[in-house]
This record gives sequence, structure tokens and C-alpha cells, in this order.
Amino acid sequence: MSTTVPEEVVDSAAIASASTKRRSLWALAIRNPSVIFGGVILLIMVAIAVLAPVLGTVDPTRIDPASRNKKPGTELTIRLEDGKTMKRVALMGTDSLGRDVYSRVLYGTRVSLIVGVAVAAVAVSLGLVIGLVSGYIRWLDGFIMRIMDGLMAIPGILLAIALVSIWRSGLSTVIFAIAVPDTPRVVRLVRSIVLSVREEPYVEGAISVGTPTWLVMFRHILPNTIAPLIVQATFTAAAAILAEAYLSFLGIGIPPETPSWGNIMAEGRTLFRVFPHNILYPGIFIALTVLAINIMGDGLRDTLDPKMSKKV
Amino acid sequence: MLDFIARRLVSIIPVLAVVALFVFFMLRLTPGDPAAVIAGDNATSDQIADIREKLGLNLPIWQQFGIWLGNMLQGNFGESFFFKKTVSELIAQRLEPTLALSICTLILAVTTAVPLGVIAAYRQGSLLDRVVMGFSVLGFSMPSFVIGYCLIYVFAIELGWLPVQGYTRIGTDFWAFLERMVLPSVTLGIIYVALIARITRASILEVLNEDYIRTARAKGLSNRVVLMRHALRNAAVPILTVIGVGVALLIGGAIVTESVFGLPGLGRLTVEAVLSRDFPTIQAVILLFSVVYVVINLIIDISYTIFDPRIRY
Repeated sequence: MSTTVPEEVVDSAAIASASTKRRSLWALAIRNPSVIFGGVILLIMVAIAVLAPVLGTVDPTRIDPASRNKKPGTELTIRLEDGKTMKRVALMGTDSLGRDVYSRVLYGTRVSLIVGVAVAAVAVSLGLVIGLVSGYIRWLDGFIMRIMDGLMAIPGILLAIALVSIWRSGLSTVIFAIAVPDTPRVVRLVRSIVLSVREEPYVEGAISVGTPTWLVMFRHILPNTIAPLIVQATFTAAAAILAEAYLSFLGIGIPPETPSWGNIMAEGRTLFRVFPHNILYPGIFIALTVLAINIMGDGLRDTLDPKMSKKV
Repeated sequence: MLDFIARRLVSIIPVLAVVALFVFFMLRLTPGDPAAVIAGDNATSDQIADIREKLGLNLPIWQQFGIWLGNMLQGNFGESFFFKKTVSELIAQRLEPTLALSICTLILAVTTAVPLGVIAAYRQGSLLDRVVMGFSVLGFSMPSFVIGYCLIYVFAIELGWLPVQGYTRIGTDFWAFLERMVLPSVTLGIIYVALIARITRASILEVLNEDYIRTARAKGLSNRVVLMRHALRNAAVPILTVIGVGVALLIGGAIVTESVFGLPGLGRLTVEAVLSRDFPTIQAVILLFSVVYVVINLIIDISYTIFDPRIRY
């Protein structure tokens, strides 16, 4: 019983000072101009993704042989199911199956954002668990890190292609295949933080008063990884959106009828010389989204993790 | 020094072992009989039995791995049933375009990015610095195939200066070869330029505050000499490191760029192999690219001592 009292004291003091420091950092982060700029563009993209059905779109998978390969701005006559016709301007033209590119691009925002967030979440959580274990349980460290080194020796896109080729292509396969090559980077990051933090007096103090290992990890070590991991997660999300586009563009990503930016561009490849709009519009959207996330990531890194900003 | 090289050589063995294990188990993770998967859809049962015999698929798994590894180390990558050739032949055929594209890109990227980074650091905060930095963030954010198609549209279709797609072997017609390398190298080079320029700027900025730079200036040396001989040489290690790490980007980018420009290289082969589920070829390509990546980084590690004599191993 006597040991629990000092533990509580050490704990609350460490947490209190750490959390005020963290809170002020967050306040600083959201005032950073890069974070605001990137964040606003990203919010617009999220709004587009959520509001896609009400932004004047039609079914993005609807094939219309009568209006194939129309240039942007062409007025189309669409025959509805009840036999009536309606006029509609194809803002971004149509593809070679007559699908509306504007609707596909807007709905594609959903796929890309889902892939970005999901890959970042999978890579960070896998990397966090493996990194904590590797940094804290010393006898496992060598073994885990050799595997991570091996995975990092396979160029990222190639590893993703290999993983996609093993399983059937689909959204979850693509997410997992893109997340795996990103995981070793997170593991290394978490491990290096664990290794430096475990020497800190407050961790030694907590251990010496008999705090169980899982509690030390959870309460004293984990909070130190949050800021760097958020920075890492933004860059991972940006890279993942690009990677999905690469895989879909090569024809080995998400099934082609799904409206994703990569798929729209893959479909537009063959007739690119005559109808560049199939590549241009999704290209602009993808560049804008990834740029916004990267700029936001730069801003977050500068404020949350100044040590890391020196490295790149 | 020799001791260091030996130690570094030994250290890549576990890395390559993990890569080999991954590539080996790839085939075992796919649903279905490995022999049937290798043989492809149109195989006869005799062919499947033959493959099973050759790979020792009836033996315990660790013996299978031994047989497979022995074959790989002898350069025997097996047979591609889809392309109806041995995988080694296939790779030899497709090697030239990829090698040419990588070398052209590397030369182009390093000769553009390093001066850009140095000037951006020297004129920190200037318009030029901001343009270079803005470009480098943008370069990271554009899919390289979009850049490729934009370049094709402007320079090949609208202006008609360069051919749209295709490849001419270097031995057939050197000028035609060079003409067809321009757009792919620029496309693939942009992300690489972005990466190298950024790191060059950062490491030169760090070095410019050092005492020896002040000393060099005080001696009355010209800016050019101070920047090139004193600053750049001391900033070389991080730049070299990022060039090595960037090889992974280069390989990934080559796969996409070859598809955009219709270059019959290893990247295109990788995609064709995945689409036709031709596993012997997929396995060989992954092994090959990974070994190249690891070896390049090993060479760069060793070369640190040349650029920075303070590093002693």
C-alpha cells in the first residue's frame, strides 16, 4: 500500500506538466498558417466527399452508350428510367463508356480520403504496437527490427504490388497493401522515442515504485509518441492517396467500376490524345488534396515536432 | 576500412534473408496449389506434376525453401509460363530500357537538384528560394503519370518537338534513343529533384553557420568556392543518403513511367506479370529490385568516407 502513494504523486505531476505543454503546442499548431491553409483545402475536400450526392451529380457508375467521349461543357440529353428525358451539362465531359466524369471525380474524393485515412490508421496502429514492443521488450528487439529492415529493403510500391497480387483486388486489400510498406517507418519512429524516453527520470521513477510494465507504456511512454505520430500519419495519408492512384492507374488497384481518381485516369489513358479531360480533372483533384495534406503536415511538424523538421 | 566494408556486407545478409523469405512465402500465401499457380491457367496436369517435382513441393517446407534459394543464387529464376520463356531471359530482354531510364533520370535529377538546393540555401528567404521550395512540395504531391501526360500533351502533341511514346534501343539509333528518353526522364525526375533539392537546401543551411565557412569567407575566397568546395562537400553525406533512399522512389516511379511512355522495361514487365498472375516473374523482379536497392545503399554508405574523411570506421 505504501508504494502506491508516491506513485500517484509522481504520476499526476508528470502528466500535468506534460499535458499543459501539449495543450499549448496544439494551440500553436492550429494557428500555424500552413496548417490553416492545408486544413481549409482538406475540409473542402471532405465536404465534397460527404455532399457528393447533392452537388449536381448523377450515378457515377451509370453507363450511357449514347453520350460516350463528350468534351467538357457538352449538353447531354439523358433518358430517365420513366421514359422522360432531361438536359444536363457534363461539366467535365464523359468517359469512353459515357459515364459522367464530374460525378466520378466527386465520388472519387470519397475513395481517396477513405484510403488516406485508413492507411494512416492501419500503419500507425500496427507500427505503434510493434514499435512499443520492440523498444520496450529488449529480447524481441533484434528479431523485430531485422524483419522491419527486410521489409524496408523492398521498394514501397513494389511491395504493395506484390501484396495485391497475392490476394484479390478490392478496397481493403489495397488499403492493407499500401499500409504494410509504411509500417516499418512508424515502427522505427516509435522505437526510437521509446528508447530515449525509457531513460527519463520519470519513467525510471515509475518503474522503481513498481508500476506494471503495461501501465508504464500506456501512461508514460505512449503520450510522447502522439505528436510525432500525428505528423507521420499526415505524410502517410498523403503518400497513400498517391499510391492508390498508382495502383488503380496500373490496373491492379480498386476494381475499375469503382469511381476512384486512379481508375478515372486509367480509363482515360487510351484516348488521352483526344480527350485529355479524363486525366486532367482527377489529376487536379489529387494534386490539390495531396498538396493540402503535405502542407498541413509540414506545418504540424514545425510546431509539434521541431526536432524532426531539421531532418528533412 | 576493409573491416568496415566486410561488416557492412555481413549486415545485409539478414536483410536479404527477410526479403527472400517474403518472396518465397508470397507464393505459399496465395490460395491454391503453388504448382498450379505457377503453371498458370492453361497448364496441363503433366506440366503441373513436372513443376511440383522440380520445386520439391512434396518435401517439407524448409527443404523447399533450400531448393528455391539455391536456384535463385545460381540465377535460375524458373520459367514464366505466361511469356513462355525462362525468367532470366525475360529480365535480360527488359533490362535496357529500365537501366537507361534510371541512369538518365539520376543524372538529370542530381545535376538539377543540387545546384537548385545550393542556390536556394544561399539566398534563403528570397523569391527563388520560395519557388524552389514550393516546387518541391508540389513535386511530392503530383502523381508522376499526371506529370507525364501533361508533358506528352504539351511537348509531343501540341508542340510536336518530341515523340509521344515508345523506345529505341541505344545500339540502333542513339539520337532516336535520346529523344525518347527526354520526357520519361523529366517525368520520373521531378519527384527526385523535389526530394534532393529539399535536403540539399536543408543541409547547406546547416553548414553555412559553421566556423570554417566564416574562415573561408574571411580568407577572401569567392562565394562560388565557399559554396561548392566548403559548404557542399560538408553537406554531402545527407544528400548522398537521400539519393540512396530515393532509389526506392525511382523504382516505384519507373514502373508507372514505363507504362505511360510505353517503354518495354522491367517496370512494365512487373505490371504485366501481376495482371497475368505470373508468379515466377513477379518473384524474380521483386528480388532483383530489392537487391539493387540494398546494394546501392551499401555503396553509398561506404562512399561516405570519401566525401567526409572525418567519418572513420
